Amino acid sequence: MPADMSADARARGARHLDLDHRGRDWYVDRAVSVLVFGGGISAILFIIGIFVFITREGVGFIFSTMDVREFFGSQAWRPTSERNPTYGILALMAGTASVTGLAMLVSVPFSLGAAIFISEFATGKLRETLKVLVEMLAAIPSVVWGFIGLSIMNPLIIDIFDVPVGLNALNAGIILGLMAAPIMTTIAEDALKAVPDTYREAAEAMGATRWQVIFKVVIPASKNGLMAAILLGVGRGFGETMAVLMASGHSINIPTSPFDSVRALTATIAAELGDTAVGSDHYQVLFTLGILLFAVTFVINLTADLVVRGVRRG
Amino acid sequence: MTRFASTELDERNRRVEWLFRTLFLMMTLILIVPVALILGVLIYKGSPVISWEFLTTIPRDGMTAGGIMPAFVGTIWIVTVALIASVPVGIASAIYLSEYAPDNWLTRVINLAIINLAGVPSIVHALFGLGAFVTFAGFGTSILAASLTLAVMTLPVVIVSTRESLQAVPYAFREACWNMGATRWQTIRRIVLPNSVSGILTGVILEVSRTAGETAPIMFTGAAFFLPFLPQSVFDQTMAMSLHLFVISTQVPGVDEALPYGVALVLIGMVLAMNATSIGFRVYLRGKKKW
Repeated sequence: MPADMSADARARGARHLDLDHRGRDWYVDRAVSVLVFGGGISAILFIIGIFVFITREGVGFIFSTMDVREFFGSQAWRPTSERNPTYGILALMAGTASVTGLAMLVSVPFSLGAAIFISEFATGKLRETLKVLVEMLAAIPSVVWGFIGLSIMNPLIIDIFDVPVGLNALNAGIILGLMAAPIMTTIAEDALKAVPDTYREAAEAMGATRWQVIFKVVIPASKNGLMAAILLGVGRGFGETMAVLMASGHSINIPTSPFDSVRALTATIAAELGDTAVGSDHYQVLFTLGILLFAVTFVINLTADLVVRGVRRG
Repeated sequence: MTRFASTELDERNRRVEWLFRTLFLMMTLILIVPVALILGVLIYKGSPVISWEFLTTIPRDGMTAGGIMPAFVGTIWIVTVALIASVPVGIASAIYLSEYAPDNWLTRVINLAIINLAGVPSIVHALFGLGAFVTFAGFGTSILAASLTLAVMTLPVVIVSTRESLQAVPYAFREACWNMGATRWQTIRRIVLPNSVSGILTGVILEVSRTAGETAPIMFTGAAFFLPFLPQSVFDQTMAMSLHLFVISTQVPGVDEALPYGVALVLIGMVLAMNATSIGFRVYLRGKKKW
């Protein structure tokens, strides 16, 4: 038996000495690394794909029908008019802006507050529970949020504020605020957690109280991350479709008060795309809105990324 | 243990700290309590509707009454096909990012693309699905087109969670394996994946819950308002829970008031149950972790 083993070992040794030997494992390894690289760049391919395909469908409108001044400057969105269709998105942009703005008024203070509580005050079980709850909030589907706006918030707003219609910018803003809050809370909490404990300890050693540590040390040190959290929350609110469609009232309007019904860019696409003929001006202009939405969210995400990167460098 | 006598300043500081603690706790609760109340209302109004019959019959009387069976089955079809499409790509991408990717511009661009893919509005994904899968690839409005649209949209969920669980495997495990002469792939297959498979599963469950709830991306790519029969293949259209909720609560007049509550409750129950499973699984794993 010892003789066998040494022969075996010799054979193995010989194979190892042959440094150019490329067995099956080597080729499998190569194949996998190529395959996995393909998966790795898939996200880039899909982003390019999204851009290419929505541009392909929408570009016809941009170069033939679009009148830039009317498009951005007019509030007359009458794409289905028989004789003189007009494509002014000013009111739609105002709708999106008002709803997103109200949503941020709701969600920014509360989610930053919640993030500070979870990261700096809560401990142990309480903290785990709160984190899980926040995560569950983020999971509620947007169509359910829309339904909540429609069936629960609507009568509530009519009762409380004594207004005739409860489907308005305020309703959509609150719904959107509650939707954006969990994401902002999670990202903001990550940013606060990323501040090294040595900072806190140093401040406490100087005699600072807990809230002094939070306001003078932790928040300044994590402000880029908090900014990114707010930006991503804005992006979420801006791009939300179903909830806004169902809760905002969906009427073309430049709002003068939170109780005005509005219509958002995203909701317009969702509501009208089904009724358009493929290739018509109306169909194309909806894709043009898609290009606009894509571009704005792209810029928001890029900015958030640069802001966070700033934190790492500094 | 001796304590210093509290000065007036100490007392003030303690009061201020208590004040801030309470304030921030209130802010946290303001986010959570209304949602809990809303869920309570959904359960209160929706649970009387839910019965075995509700889950197993098709909608009747122009969708104003009856059950949700075709929508329920349709959602399962859509989610399954979307998973088949996105999980392999997502895992491959995560393996690349965690095990192969050097720290260079390409990796940064990939990460940026993933963030963007997650941040692009769902309706833009719908436009993409319509242009790419329905029209260009010629799938028509079908389960396949809807699922592929959702697969692209939820890809970041799989990638991010898989990458995290791959990176949670200590680097020393890999080094030990390489030192034994294993190739990169052998190390990944024998050491990294077995040690992170449960973490990956958590991410997949999370993706299921995301996919099941989405509405906008499937509206124009494969989900139908009303179909009294079940899909036979991936090239058929289908009803879906999320779109069904939208349709009966906004598009159909004269729906029994409790019906949409029932649909909303089933949908949110599905999604939250899966989320809770995923979270529970993660907590369990963290407790079991050997390193």
